[in-house]
Amino acid sequence: MTVKVEDKLFLNRFRVDEKPHIRIIEGNICMEKCENQPCLYFCPANVYRLEKNRISVAYEGCLECGSCRIGCPNLNIEWHFPTGGYGISHKFG
Amino acid sequence: MQENYDVAIVGAGPAGISAASLLAEKGVKTIVFERGEYPGAKNISGGVLYGHDLAAIIPDFAKRNCPVERNIIESRLWFLAKESGYSLSFRDRAFYEKQAFNAFTVGRAKFDRWFAEQAKVKGALVVCSTVVTDLLRDSNNRVIGVTTDRSEGDLKAKVVVLADGINSPLAAKTGFRPEPKPSHIALAVKEVIELPEEIINERFNTETGHGATIEIIGEITQGMDGIAGIYTNKNSLSVCIGANLSDFMESKVKPYEMLEEFKQHPMVAPLIKDGQAKEYMAHWIAEGGYDTMPQLCGDGYLIAGDSGMLFNALHREGSNMAMTSGRFAAETIAGALDKGDFSRKALAGYVSRLQNSYVIKDLKKYRRFNAFRLQHHELFTTLPKLGGFAAQKMLTVDGVTKKEKQKTIWKEVRKKISWASLIRLLWNGWRSVK
Repeated sequence: MTVKVEDKLFLNRFRVDEKPHIRIIEGNICMEKCENQPCLYFCPANVYRLEKNRISVAYEGCLECGSCRIGCPNLNIEWHFPTGGYGISHKFG
Repeated sequence: MQENYDVAIVGAGPAGISAASLLAEKGVKTIVFERGEYPGAKNISGGVLYGHDLAAIIPDFAKRNCPVERNIIESRLWFLAKESGYSLSFRDRAFYEKQAFNAFTVGRAKFDRWFAEQAKVKGALVVCSTVVTDLLRDSNNRVIGVTTDRSEGDLKAKVVVLADGINSPLAAKTGFRPEPKPSHIALAVKEVIELPEEIINERFNTETGHGATIEIIGEITQGMDGIAGIYTNKNSLSVCIGANLSDFMESKVKPYEMLEEFKQHPMVAPLIKDGQAKEYMAHWIAEGGYDTMPQLCGDGYLIAGDSGMLFNALHREGSNMAMTSGRFAAETIAGALDKGDFSRKALAGYVSRLQNSYVIKDLKKYRRFNAFRLQHHELFTTLPKLGGFAAQKMLTVDGVTKKEKQKTIWKEVRKKISWASLIRLLWNGWRSVK
């Protein structure tokens, strides 16, 4: 089944922080050391995408669950809360 | 911020606001920091809250425009195979007469904001759009306040309550609660699907104001240890599905694809037909249980709610434990303020209050439940498949004798699961909930 996560993220209200709150610490580790790259699958907002020679981080649509921070097999993701008031704001919750 | 406060609370969710409400009521100078634009902006639950624990904070909550969606009068359990499923449900008149608001649904963006308003009326200060980034400590490593992401954002307080939820980089940074292991949490996604109130009434066989919850396990989580839920709101349904993060890391299942497949299940699709998706969210569920609880108090601080891993995965109770732990935190702090002692020893009454209540007693009772599910993935694979197969065979009227059908079913059962593993499953299952 192909589902476009963008269609879901489009429903949400985001106030995007210009300063990214997620950073891959060592890009090489993802490409050379990480076999399964599970972040490409388990992230509920598809923040992590495989490009030609790196994994890109579309932090703007992050749902702030925190899974990548502890689910990266190499703990290679630095993840903070967005600046106060930024990021997702639930309408219903 | 130069002012000093008696109590600083991190997080304006059910735990933090419960504590703030009761402390402010006693005249304690209390400040709450919330990272969202408003209380509830970052919060989700399946959507069920419990009147008993809320009434201990706001006794007349029903008269104070508490944003209740529907009072739950019926609970359903579903056990689903891919294309089929079993349903068991319980409804009781008591749940809308004598025991109204025993359990009710809410949208947390609305409820948490309302709840925080009640605390503000009593005198608590709630500061939103502010992340607490660290804790202030003195030379003896006692917690004496918080650091925020505002300019000049340090604030001193006699006691700090950490009520910042399950996803807490602060807890990890300060070392007060190590990061959860992926197997100790579930990652859940939720969609709010709008439908007219009357349509929901018809589909769930309820009257206006009354609602139902459905808790679901089976093949829907694609072999992972997980759970789904459907909860009725006034004019929407909350459709949730989640699984253990360690299983997600192995399976390559995408949460949003799993959600869409779940929505197409023959027992789910008719309930949400023609509904409009309004919001899509994700959150952790603290599933690790009793053995993953951190030390809940120390010199100058207390940990309440999800942040302390206070969650009962079997009965999907968490918001009630958050409120009650917030209440115990307030009672303990009030006593400590009287004595002017904020050491770990002086705050230890918080832990004994929790130990003597249903909160830790229930967590202790189910301490093996998380490990049980992770050791028995057949609950989410073989068993629902066999269950579906058996019922399908027995209910098909095709001239084959029932004895013959029974034989076919047993043959299939024996092929898929050994007696030994079935007995082990039952024994371990019993032990995990007894």
